[in-house]
Amino acid sequence: MKTGKIPQQVVVLSLISLVVIVSFFTMRFILTPKSFGKYGHYRADAIDDVKNLPISYAGAKACGDCHDEIVKLKSKGFHRGVSCEVCHGPSAGHTEDPTSIKPEAPRQREGCPLCHNYSPSRPTGFPQIITAQHNPGKPCMTCHRPHNPVPPVTPKDCSACHRSISAQKMVSRHAPLECTTCHSVPKEHFKNPRFVRVEKPTTNEFCGKCHSSDAKAQANLPPIPRIDVEKHAGRYLCWDCHYPHSPEAK
Amino acid sequence: MSNDIKNNEETKTNKVLDRREFLDWCLKAVPAGLTMTACGFSAGELNADEGKKHPAVNESQAEANYAMAIDIAKCIGCGRCANACKKENKVPDGPHTVRTWVERYVIPREGETMVDSPNAGINGFPELPENTDILKSFFVPKLCNHCSNPPCVQVCPVGATFQTKDGVILVDEKYCVGCRYCVQACPYGARYIHPTKNVADKCTFCYHRITKGLLPACVEVCPTQARIFGDLKKISSPIHRFLRFHPIKALKPELNTRPKVFYANADQEVR
Repeated sequence: MKTGKIPQQVVVLSLISLVVIVSFFTMRFILTPKSFGKYGHYRADAIDDVKNLPISYAGAKACGDCHDEIVKLKSKGFHRGVSCEVCHGPSAGHTEDPTSIKPEAPRQREGCPLCHNYSPSRPTGFPQIITAQHNPGKPCMTCHRPHNPVPPVTPKDCSACHRSISAQKMVSRHAPLECTTCHSVPKEHFKNPRFVRVEKPTTNEFCGKCHSSDAKAQANLPPIPRIDVEKHAGRYLCWDCHYPHSPEAK
Repeated sequence: MSNDIKNNEETKTNKVLDRREFLDWCLKAVPAGLTMTACGFSAGELNADEGKKHPAVNESQAEANYAMAIDIAKCIGCGRCANACKKENKVPDGPHTVRTWVERYVIPREGETMVDSPNAGINGFPELPENTDILKSFFVPKLCNHCSNPPCVQVCPVGATFQTKDGVILVDEKYCVGCRYCVQACPYGARYIHPTKNVADKCTFCYHRITKGLLPACVEVCPTQARIFGDLKKISSPIHRFLRFHPIKALKPELNTRPKVFYANADQEVR
């Protein structure tokens, strides 16, 4: 059978589409980056671009290469988990050129409260202070060594830890009494306050030592309210009604 | 009648193509063309698959599957991670251009949970109003979850964001057109548009550090070790021990993104 002649419009159309298709694939070939599609639908060279970015934080291991004494000291203290660059800032430059590039060394109060200022959201047991009340204006370094932080001395004053109680007692009628008048404080309490507790009075007779009608009057104190301990209290304990750190009776 | 047939035959032989024949030709030609193109494409893809089987990168990296775990009970909300991230990755200052940030959750006894993160938590958090009746409060560090099934990679129209062989989601900043689809698609809000480069930017797990054997900057500086980083495929990796010994939660598991940032000791309010 004699094949027909292809009409002009079809020839033109197919030529145009051929040009379009060819140019599409040529452009696609030229414009697609060479590494595109090597591992997936992305430019494989982009991985190297990200890999080759410069480093700012050298890492704690690098610090130990030269400052081994400080690292050794720190490894025994409470700050053993705190990387050097937390306080000293990014120091990759310092590891490459130790003489001319020096890392920051904060000496003032600005850094420590970021972790140690009181916040109710912080986990219980994390050491915190109220910055406004804790020696305001004094740099932390005057009392605490940042590489081996410990409380400078065990506080002798009860008020150092039991602040609100001592503030209350200070303005109450029990102000002249020492804490140790009622509480016996084991020495271990200073080291392990949560595990070794102070002892508290357990009986009404203890309060009766001063407040019962037949107790010996103490001359150096203001007149003491006297009661018949057995009749007054009945089956209650004194501190069921009276708060010993701020007794309200006149 | 016979004349008509004769005429018809004549027209059939003389005429180049009638409409019926042309349509018939089209019906055959178009699918044939499509099949050929399809074959061409699949051939190309096959080549790409071969490339996948023999990656040029060294094999130990190809085998890794990086992940991070965060212990909420240990986070003290100091914001050093967010600070270090900005310095390490040269992220521009500002509360909305962050790769990682610390959120403070405050759950009151009554009412809605409050979440805030002023300047990513870098400068600390403001004091709570005096009479807030707190049931509990804690800090939650957030970052890109490096999902195993990432929605941001699916929506990228140009292939500028992708998952590497070691499970890290990266952005090709030379290829990104800044269309913001990925910013919209991320259910964790982990992406932002870089204000000067005008491309999408996000956490890379400090890819330039981890490929050199260093830790990500945020993990490096975390003073309480609330962030754990490691390779899920390595049994000796610290993340393995962490995942074994902690109750683990991932964020928004219902979205089937399969995140690779795991949270320990997370409250049910954490989202």
